[in-house]
Amino acid sequence: MENIPRDKLLGIYECMLRIREFENKIYYLFIDGFIPGTIHLYQGQEAVAAGVCANLRKDDVITSTHRPHGHAIAKGVPSGSLMAEIFGKSTGCCKGKGGSMHVGDIDVGMPPAIAIVAGGIPVAAGMALAFKFQKKNSVAVSFFGEGATNEGVFHETLNMASLWNLPVVYICENNLYAASTHIEKAFKITDIAKRADAYGMPGRTVDGNDAVAVYSAAKEAVEQARAGKGPSLLVCNTYRHGGHSRGDACTYRPKGEKEEWLKKDPLIIMENMLLEAKLLSADGIKAMKEKAEQEMIEASEFAKASPLPAPEQALEDLWA
Amino acid sequence: MREIAYWQALNEALQEEMERDPNVFLLGEDIGVYGGAYGVTRGLLEKYGPERVMDTAISESAITGAAIGAAMMGKRPVAEIMYVDFMGQAMDQLCNQAAKIRYMFGGKFKAPMVMRTEGGAGRTLGAHHSQSLEHWFTGIPGLKVVMPSTPADAKGLLKASIRDDNPVVFIEHKMLYKEKGPVPDGDHVVPLGVADVKRQGKDVTVVSYSRTVLVALEAAKILEAEGIDVEVIDVRTLAPLDIKTIVDSVKKTNRAVVAHEACKTGGFGGEIGMQIIENAFDYLDGPVKRVAAIDVPIPKSPVLEQYVIPTKDSIIKAVKEALA
Repeated sequence: MENIPRDKLLGIYECMLRIREFENKIYYLFIDGFIPGTIHLYQGQEAVAAGVCANLRKDDVITSTHRPHGHAIAKGVPSGSLMAEIFGKSTGCCKGKGGSMHVGDIDVGMPPAIAIVAGGIPVAAGMALAFKFQKKNSVAVSFFGEGATNEGVFHETLNMASLWNLPVVYICENNLYAASTHIEKAFKITDIAKRADAYGMPGRTVDGNDAVAVYSAAKEAVEQARAGKGPSLLVCNTYRHGGHSRGDACTYRPKGEKEEWLKKDPLIIMENMLLEAKLLSADGIKAMKEKAEQEMIEASEFAKASPLPAPEQALEDLWA
Repeated sequence: MREIAYWQALNEALQEEMERDPNVFLLGEDIGVYGGAYGVTRGLLEKYGPERVMDTAISESAITGAAIGAAMMGKRPVAEIMYVDFMGQAMDQLCNQAAKIRYMFGGKFKAPMVMRTEGGAGRTLGAHHSQSLEHWFTGIPGLKVVMPSTPADAKGLLKASIRDDNPVVFIEHKMLYKEKGPVPDGDHVVPLGVADVKRQGKDVTVVSYSRTVLVALEAAKILEAEGIDVEVIDVRTLAPLDIKTIVDSVKKTNRAVVAHEACKTGGFGGEIGMQIIENAFDYLDGPVKRVAAIDVPIPKSPVLEQYVIPTKDSIIKAVKEALA
């Protein structure tokens, strides 16, 4: 942590706060009936998106999942257009056609999130392949849950990406549950990072609730990819505070498990670090929280005030 | 008759078949502890244990292949793929293995398995969780395709599917799970390949399946007030298709409309319409009309989603065009 500039650390913390505030806001807006469909919230996993994306440039790209709000914020999708998209409004980042599970903004390097499990893994390799052809030193980063590593396409792609030495980084967010299915019921192994060995790429595991640890590990992986030294797999162990989707009461979780993880809340860990290192005061934290809160109030006002798309807009955008 | 919801009817069918035949077992994502994304397998893990209600990893291709292999060796698997949109991950096993295994071995094997899945729009879940893809499967000889619209049919057709000696793709609709309807007591089995006249009428035949049957029945009620008598046929089983019931109806009404939620181009309505033309051309007093989703991915925003999928108004319009 000593060798990470203060601005970088504050930037990561601010990003985490913004994600938390955004998701908290969405949670209540959903209950209040502003959001159609369903939502998959990211509270608890903020350190991953924030820590990884702090290493990325605007011309780097990411792929995301059915749980994409945190990745979108961390990659720089403006909170207003993000929220409007989740509302299904015409001012949304996908004009209301994508919705919560498909947010993205290519201007900041995020194609629409892919809600088919593992669907983004090969797409990221393809984007990295293009960068390689084009001799750009941009990097593709793919986020996915531990459940996705049991899809065939994960294995197919890691082999190919390694063989072709692609500038891609695979970020596995291990939050213990694939929807309701605990990792012990879906894996014989306990260390998912070992799967990288089978494809000849480095695999590492970090505490996914420790944003500084995530940042540092991702920095290495991103620098390696950018330098033309090939892909890697980084497993971030974390926990989602809420259910899989809005209707999930988490009855499959053992009693007390969530409470244990709440003690390891990534925001608390980060705040304590910043306070101890005297990089930020309690007042400074309060001010940053208020700023994030204010931003998300404004985002929700923007989304509420935005018009719905005209029905005929359904006919647009099919063909290039 | 007692009324139960579509999901309960499916749940009963699974339980009764598991009781009847110890070879029947279930596998799929989140079907055990969670009881299925739409609750169809609720309570079954507790009752039958983890060997017969298997929660799996997120591995659709392996789920499907494992079902095929187990079926070939004498088990009767019922695999669940959470959304029909995820079938892309299972297609090789289903279309190249399950559908062909018997035929390619000259009839030596059978693969008696059911792939339960659900599809359809209406919950504004966006383009990866709202599709109607039945025509992917109807184009593969060797697969039976079933799409029930009512709780009674859901129960009876699922029981028949489990007992069938062939691979059956059983597609439920996400907007029907909570719909209630009368379901007979006892061993209620609805044979595959038999359509059902859901409403008798003399002026025009509307052929449909799954949720769109309910939309067609609503449209028929409105048209009745305008003096138009609509016959609504629920094909129930797309493959094999009971064309006789459809043609008999068209011979009576001389007008036909085909309605479904899948996109128009390449949708199964084209097949039904063509078979009507092949078999009842001389009886038709006008062109066969199609009501289907617009040929775009299902968009998220509720206004866009509703614009894209068929409504009772679009069926009413098509009926009037068929009668014009």
